[in-house]
Amino acid sequence: MKVSTLADLAHARTGDKGDTSNISVIAYRAEDYALLRERVTAEAVAAHFKGLLGPAASQVRRYELPQLNALNFVLPGMLKGGVTRSLALDAHGKTLGAALLALAL
Amino acid sequence: MKTLRIGCGAGYSGDRIEPAVELAEKGDLDYLVFECLAERTIALAQLDRLSNPKGGYDPLLLERMRRVLPFVHGSAGRGRRLRVITNMGAANPAQAAKAVAELATYLGFTGLRIVALRGDDVLATLQANPEYRLDNGQCLADLGNRLVSANAYLGVDGIVGALAADADIVITGRVADPSLFLAPQIFEFGWALDDWARLGQGTLTGHLLECAGQITGGYFADPGRKHVPDLARLGFPIAQIDSSGQATLTKVHGSGGRIDRATCTEQVLYEVHDPACYLTPDVSADFSTVDFRETGENQVLAFGAIGQAKPEHLKVSVGFLDGWIGEGQMAYGGPNAVARAQLAGEIVQERLRLMGVPVQEVRVDLIGMNALYGDTLTSGCEPSEVRLRVTARCATQDQAVQIGNEVETLYTNGPAGGGGASKQVRHVVAVASLLLPRSAVALELIEEVS
Repeated sequence: MKVSTLADLAHARTGDKGDTSNISVIAYRAEDYALLRERVTAEAVAAHFKGLLGPAASQVRRYELPQLNALNFVLPGMLKGGVTRSLALDAHGKTLGAALLALAL
Repeated sequence: MKTLRIGCGAGYSGDRIEPAVELAEKGDLDYLVFECLAERTIALAQLDRLSNPKGGYDPLLLERMRRVLPFVHGSAGRGRRLRVITNMGAANPAQAAKAVAELATYLGFTGLRIVALRGDDVLATLQANPEYRLDNGQCLADLGNRLVSANAYLGVDGIVGALAADADIVITGRVADPSLFLAPQIFEFGWALDDWARLGQGTLTGHLLECAGQITGGYFADPGRKHVPDLARLGFPIAQIDSSGQATLTKVHGSGGRIDRATCTEQVLYEVHDPACYLTPDVSADFSTVDFRETGENQVLAFGAIGQAKPEHLKVSVGFLDGWIGEGQMAYGGPNAVARAQLAGEIVQERLRLMGVPVQEVRVDLIGMNALYGDTLTSGCEPSEVRLRVTARCATQDQAVQIGNEVETLYTNGPAGGGGASKQVRHVVAVASLLLPRSAVALELIEEVS
């Protein structure tokens, strides 16, 4: 299989708490988890969302859940004031996970 | 061995109702839980209560209860007793219980015990301590009369007490979402309140259930990649739990959706930061070693959660009025649509300057181009239609109204071919949090009988 983006190997879901977004990235197949772990680093995610995160890019954290073939990314400051104050169309940042799946591998 | 069946009948305030009725009718449940309070909902409910002392509870409470009461009341003949737990009391659980009792009486369902839990509302405590600081650094004193609500996230205690008092329906205000589901497990299995491993596992089950359809295939489908059958008839989840806390997640046979390792994995991390440290008022739950095993079609065993001692303080969600947001939108299509929409956005900003509208923050998006991800993640190809969206934060309602008006006047004064204008204004109720010692909260149960 020719792999071009994260969407070919993984699915994702986004959640929000205050102005922090979290995005889970889950390999469809267990054998692809190692590649995700190697390529989809906190730094790669911060760089992908650099334009949206600004200075908060340095705060991106990653948690690993190998038994679930899953990575969990936490992006503090992503939601600019949080759901209740933000002027954004998608104030919850619910659509961010889909954008992460566009990451080139 | 005793098993417990808990279903989730709502994952947010406006959720579908008939999947909950399906659960009540066919789920063979012991408990049906409705989770209907988002971060901001209770602050809005508090505003409602200020204008109407008998209001302040969830607007769908009575409709939801009307639909499921026949199964609660008729449970004697079903072999299993069905009880209901919900946070639809929002800013006024006592009045909500009274209204449900009146409804049950009116429908002829007498003898039901409806118990309201009060104590989450700590607004008076905060008003008496203006030196307290919010997590955003703001001092309560600076908010003055803009402070509208303060609700502590309660744990299981009050609900367990209500169940022990033989409640058929428990109505709360702010309670941590997983606690709504953990409470019946503690009550039924007699778990100690410091049995952290079981409380961690029971919290996992609550966390998996609390968004209702989000674990049964809702919020999951991606055509060509992730197929979910029959989403229009999505079934809501059921957990069948044993006394060790291990839960098998499933849904009503024949309902739409799917529940498997993939849907469970997406949901277990939903709104979780460090999986080893998921804090609730009841336990510091550890989901880092959670695993799922498919044990049948639409049947998943969830296991491996543990926990450590609960946090010392309770988190309090504080709602305060924070100005107004005005918004206007206008669509552009055809050749050169993007250039005309961009020009329109520039005109609106210039107009706001010329008219002297004081805006604290303004944002101009082209929906279809850059509204979700800014300019950094766009594909580079121009869409054949876009929608201009101008939104701004203002101090007053009158100022906010002018944002949408300036977009609307583009019809006759702006670039060629704008259409489908819309505008809106909303009062901003912002939410921040702080921590309070547990001793600052006093629980109270109020019983109504139909």
